Amino acid sequence: MAFAHLLEVDDIHSHLAVKDGTVRAVDGVSFKVDAGETLGIVGESGSGKSMTALSIMRLLPRSGSIVQGKVTFKGRVLTELSEDEMEAIRGTEIAMIFQDPMTSLNPVYRTGWQVGEPLRIHRHVDTRTSIRAAADLFQKVGIPDASKRVTQFPHMFSGGMRQRAMIAMGLSTSPSLLIADEPTTALDVTIQAQILELLRTLNRDYGTATILITHNLGVVAGMCDRVIVMYAGRVVEQGRTEDVFARPEHPYTWSLLRSIPRLDADEHEPLKPIDGSPPDMVRLPAGCKFTPRCPFAIPRCAAEEPELLTVRDQLSRCWVTQAGATLDGDQGG
Amino acid sequence: MTAYVLRRLLLMLPVAFLVTVGVFLLIHLSPGDPALIILGEDRSPQAIAQVHQELGLDKPLYVQYVIWLGHIVHGDWGRSITTHQPVAIAITERLPATFELGLTALLWSLLVAIPLGTIAAVRRGSVADQVATGITVAGVSIPNFFIGIVLIFVLSVSLRLFPFGGYVPFLQDPLDSLRHVALPAIALGTAGAAINMRFTRSSMIEVLNHDYIRTARAKGASWRRVVFVHALKNALIPVVTIVGLQIGGIIEGAVVTETVFTWPGVGRLAVESIFNRDYTVVQGIVLLAAFSYMIANLLVDLAYAWLDPRISYA
Amino acid sequence: MSNAPAIVAAQEPIRRTPVAVLELLRGHRRVAASFVLVAILFLVAVLSPVMSPHDPLAVSPDSSYLPPLTPGHVLGTDELGRDLLSRILWGARVSLPVAFVAVAVGLFGGGLIGLVSGYAGGITDLLLMRLVDALLAFPGLILAIAVVAALGPGLRNAMIAIGIVAVPVYARLVRAVVLQLKQMEFVVATRSLGATPLRLILRHLIPNLLNPIIVQVSLSAGFAILAEATLSFLGLGAQLPTPDWGQMINSGASFLNNDPWLAIVPGAAISITVYSFNLLGDSLRDALDPRLRS
Repeated sequence: MAFAHLLEVDDIHSHLAVKDGTVRAVDGVSFKVDAGETLGIVGESGSGKSMTALSIMRLLPRSGSIVQGKVTFKGRVLTELSEDEMEAIRGTEIAMIFQDPMTSLNPVYRTGWQVGEPLRIHRHVDTRTSIRAAADLFQKVGIPDASKRVTQFPHMFSGGMRQRAMIAMGLSTSPSLLIADEPTTALDVTIQAQILELLRTLNRDYGTATILITHNLGVVAGMCDRVIVMYAGRVVEQGRTEDVFARPEHPYTWSLLRSIPRLDADEHEPLKPIDGSPPDMVRLPAGCKFTPRCPFAIPRCAAEEPELLTVRDQLSRCWVTQAGATLDGDQGG
Repeated sequence: MTAYVLRRLLLMLPVAFLVTVGVFLLIHLSPGDPALIILGEDRSPQAIAQVHQELGLDKPLYVQYVIWLGHIVHGDWGRSITTHQPVAIAITERLPATFELGLTALLWSLLVAIPLGTIAAVRRGSVADQVATGITVAGVSIPNFFIGIVLIFVLSVSLRLFPFGGYVPFLQDPLDSLRHVALPAIALGTAGAAINMRFTRSSMIEVLNHDYIRTARAKGASWRRVVFVHALKNALIPVVTIVGLQIGGIIEGAVVTETVFTWPGVGRLAVESIFNRDYTVVQGIVLLAAFSYMIANLLVDLAYAWLDPRISYA
Repeated sequence: MSNAPAIVAAQEPIRRTPVAVLELLRGHRRVAASFVLVAILFLVAVLSPVMSPHDPLAVSPDSSYLPPLTPGHVLGTDELGRDLLSRILWGARVSLPVAFVAVAVGLFGGGLIGLVSGYAGGITDLLLMRLVDALLAFPGLILAIAVVAALGPGLRNAMIAIGIVAVPVYARLVRAVVLQLKQMEFVVATRSLGATPLRLILRHLIPNLLNPIIVQVSLSAGFAILAEATLSFLGLGAQLPTPDWGQMINSGASFLNNDPWLAIVPGAAISITVYSFNLLGDSLRDALDPRLRS
């Protein structure tokens, strides 16, 4: 079957019911992922990046639902599949690994049993074969002493080893797309680097397309071909990583870039945290949602919400840059 | 593991000591002189004194306790005041009937509780869940002797589906035995079913919120597989606790149900003995009930450590 | 019979004003419904002498075994011709006070043990807690039966027995809160100034205990009524001719073939009463326990 893109997310809206109203957690998000590509989705917690991933997987929490939009994967419309058909895609075609490896593995089953489970569910292999396959996968993801490790329970694994096991689980069926939701956030810095290196190797060796969700721009810089920046359930900037990093066209991205420490920066230049706090998702302001925290805001920003339009080499949702102005450090400082 | 068991046993010792003291004092707090019950008509002071001497009642209380405890430990639980049968034998004879009743009741309660509790948890907030929760509170509110009486009236007296009373040992005729044990077991097991269902439900709800459930879903596991393979094993760990305690509490539950169904078990023996002022038998049963309950507590803790790989024995 | 302690130990060691009753009733329909049920039961117990159409003890052999809905005897009469409705209404006057006294015995006995144990700590705590463990080593009903066997059958002894069964729950509850309070900074600070922290603990104990105690009291009231009915059913509680529900089921069970209502009506009375208290305790726990609040 011929299809233009591996994954197409088209104007997805996902809502969450909370105590005092409805959160439009994902509010009209669209993007595409091509085979073998690595896409980064960046944003603060609550920006809707994880909800976007869970919408693709159709694994939103009980209180959530996709109210509008279409997800197409390899030419099949995921949002229209039955639950059974969706189950046949999860864990085979699309795998997902989660933020906290300490809680993402089932404590009462041996790791080999869990890592081999997708093979049992989708390839109908027997338990012994699946556990042997798990041991092979353990070796590939760099878990030493694999044949012994598969017989151990998750609590005997360190955090980094558990995340490796999770990745092994995701790779067991050679999926075309791997969604990694903050895979390194819960880990020590040195372990983080190892896990990212592992993901990079796997992406190169197996050609698995990857969506990497993170709040850390540094992770994106080293890993991703393209990047999407999300704010308040919307995409505010989208483009090739080097373009976005070299010259951000949305004030939020600009602020994020200024808030990360850089090795080559002048050590006397202080870090600039982003002013203000993340928006109240139940009561969002009119206009551009970033306006209250934006150093470049003009009157129009508070009144009217901009579209996501091409600005130079990327897409940006900002009146200021769409009008041709440049985001200048002095203005924001 | 051995160290853990030893430590638990060591912790049990002071409690066990206090329990034996309490059970021992039972007789001595009781109004009335056992000698009078034993002697019946002949109540000459000499005869009373002689019985006191035979029973060791003329010695100081703590000496009596030590002698009594020595006998208990050696399996001599005294003789029934009324039938003069050794207490240990009187109780042992009645135990099989009580166990058959208790275990059938437990099985029945789990057969009802685990599926219903799981369904209520998976569809929490639904009408089915609310009905189930209502039934749970009702199940622990209706006295089991009353459930027994209603069952007798409906299924035995009116519809004649089940025989009333009469114990047939399981090994003698398994089918007939089950027919006889059915009604008392349902009556006895209903409260347990309510408690177990509640436990299963809340435990299942908690487990379903865990991250590893989402992981299992992301693997493409069906809801049924997620619930029955990934969640149930975790959810049942706390249920094991309560079931273990229920096994330890079989004698307690049997007291009332056996009386309603004239079931020849230990519970009925206890009630009969109270009315006959047969304190040695009452004492023996209370001691047995307390110790089986304590041992069940211990075994539950050990089972917990074994079932949940996260708990270390250290 | 469940005597499991309610898992409601106070979470926040800070002084917390208990949720106002009215607000509670308005916000939680289950609490309101069960509260009304319990209030009606108390009303019945208080007003039974006025409400009863007949003397619950008046024997009239001519009108025995009358079925329910007989004119003059709405629920019928028993084997001695006593009016069943009147006996049921008077039965509330037996059950509720028994429950009240039994819970009071448990609350004050257990509360005192918990307070002393938690405050004194050390060897006192160790010994008292072993005592509580020993009480818990007996299954609830077995303990009650053992106590009644020792003291002799009768309502008064049944109340004491049921109260003793309830002691460990309250002892542990109060001890846990006292220990929490002892850990708190202001108590430690006062102690370092040389002041006795007992007064402070006592002052903060009540507000911290109020919610868990309210929940536990309604649950143990349900347990106490059930236990009293059970003991009376076995013949160890209320003695003839007291119009007691458990006792009435016991005698009614003999006439199950022809006059089943003699057992079923008092059985329903017990079930509704215990249900009301359990529902109250259960819904209060949901409403008051901060950990369950979603």
